[in-house]
Amino acid sequence: MTGGPSRIASKSPPNEAAWPSAKPYATARVAAIGVPWRWLLGGIAALIVAVLTGLALGPAGISPAAIAADLLARLPGLGLGTSLSQLDSTVVWELRAPRVALGALVGAVLAVAGGSYQAVFRNPLADPYLLGVAAGAGLGATVAIAYVGASSAWLPGAAFAGAVVAVIAAYALGRTVTGGPNTTSLILAGVAVAAFLSAVQTFVLQQNSESVRPVYAWLLGRLSTSGWSDVALIAPYVLGSLIVLLAHRRVLDVLRVGDDEATSLGVSVTRVRLVVVAVATLGTAAAVSVSGLIGFVGVVIPHAVRLMAGASYRLVLPVSMLFGASFLCLADVLARTVLSPAELPIGVVTACVGAPFLAVVLRRVRGSDT
Amino acid sequence: MIDIAGALVQLDGVRVVDGVDLQVPVGTWTMLIGPNGAGKTTLLRAVAGLVAHSGTVRVDGADLATLGARARARLLALVPQDPLLPPEMTASEYTLLGRTAHLGFLGRTSARDEEVAREAVARLGLTGLADRPLGSMSGGERQRAVLARALAQQAPVLLLDEPTTSLDVGRQQDVLDLVATLQTERGLTVLGAMHDLTLAGQYADRLALIDGGHMIAQGRPDQVLVETLIAHHYRARVRVENVGGAPVVLPTRALLPARAAPR
Repeated sequence: MTGGPSRIASKSPPNEAAWPSAKPYATARVAAIGVPWRWLLGGIAALIVAVLTGLALGPAGISPAAIAADLLARLPGLGLGTSLSQLDSTVVWELRAPRVALGALVGAVLAVAGGSYQAVFRNPLADPYLLGVAAGAGLGATVAIAYVGASSAWLPGAAFAGAVVAVIAAYALGRTVTGGPNTTSLILAGVAVAAFLSAVQTFVLQQNSESVRPVYAWLLGRLSTSGWSDVALIAPYVLGSLIVLLAHRRVLDVLRVGDDEATSLGVSVTRVRLVVVAVATLGTAAAVSVSGLIGFVGVVIPHAVRLMAGASYRLVLPVSMLFGASFLCLADVLARTVLSPAELPIGVVTACVGAPFLAVVLRRVRGSDT
Repeated sequence: MIDIAGALVQLDGVRVVDGVDLQVPVGTWTMLIGPNGAGKTTLLRAVAGLVAHSGTVRVDGADLATLGARARARLLALVPQDPLLPPEMTASEYTLLGRTAHLGFLGRTSARDEEVAREAVARLGLTGLADRPLGSMSGGERQRAVLARALAQQAPVLLLDEPTTSLDVGRQQDVLDLVATLQTERGLTVLGAMHDLTLAGQYADRLALIDGGHMIAQGRPDQVLVETLIAHHYRARVRVENVGGAPVVLPTRALLPARAAPR
């Protein structure tokens, strides 16, 4: 049993692409044993593995056990000694740890914001990038790099502002078209705004061809940080956004029955959509302002989670958060080890790893479906 | 009770509902009837707060225009004409959606919400199917799930928009019998819209005939299901017979008299 949300007369709903869905009976059985915990625990385990791998792997070989021991030694009151040298300790805590933390924050918010967008737009391909975040941030970053310089402190701010302005423009345009925000007109407005901003960005690049390399480096994403300051810069936005979005997970489930029915069930649909879009956009804009445009996470992670753990957002959002964080940490490990000492752009890694991964998940689920 | 006064709905400049007055007393069942495009569904949607309207709609004295979505959902439960059923959602999860307007801070379900939903599932005979996904259910079972969700809302007013479309005649009777039972058990006030005139007449206390957005006639089923009224407003050829005290509307074919002539 797959396909779009069925109606009593099993008509297919208009204007909505089909959602892939897990085998219904498997979902039902999982729900019967009350097993959201299985997926949450799996996600936490994956995150721990990803974080330790991220801390342990790098040019300087330091064992995960020593790192775990050092971590415990830092906890007050345990009185444990550490086997890490001063240099190793600095490498782990001042170079690798901020990078792992940034990866986890960015991965978590991209995945949760993507899942939330998919819920409020009832469209499996929606994510903040689609509504203009990517194009807006890209233009902001391009302008900052072209006119101020690639190492500019203005870069994150310009990218953030570009992303937020683009989504506001798309939202306003989508509203004026139909007199009220309708999901299809919003997405079309996002596409229009994105196309316009990309054209402007191309023009700016053409006028400043010396900025092509740094702009592309930014567009492909990277987690090489200037230490803990980047993490501290985005943490409030990202964490706040995660909290608000996770608090909406049950309302997002109600939206699965459509705007009208959700309204008749007591949801202020317009307000919920505005809040979720605003918060998911802010979180994503903050993330990409330091990480660049890391693609694929917002679409692939919620999808994979939906296919494995069922379609309820009560589960999809928290599990996507954990797997999104893990996924990006591990992708960053690959990004900095594959061509070591050079770095692969992490956007290349997420696409190269994410696409086959989604294909495998899709195949597995479809295979067991028939 | 439901008190609709001067309801007017314009869609794209067309007056789809044009000054309708209608009262539905507490604990009674009124069915809106009328041809396609008469404005039945639009009137129901206006009552449910889904389309902008002028005129007033009061439920138990409260003007619906002043209420938010949440307060309205505690007064009115809507069974839509064409509900969107996420195929992976189980019947019990779906029923629990009916508790949305009752949920506490951050949308947490309480033990009471779970209990009400479980009871609604049991009342509609879905207990054995509670953990089955909606996508694997028959049309009749799905319609019962939709009713269970409406019941879980614990609203005093039930709005039924074509609750029996796409069901076979036995399942139609099942659904209407259930509504009738629930109506007496819980003292629900029911306002519905329906195409099957015979069934509408058998189950509703009162019928209201709408055409072109106007209220044409309202009253007991035998007062509204009159050959001349139905023939004129539906542009149909019908006979109305009295079977066991209830009017039965029979469509007749134009050629029938010629065929029935003695050979």
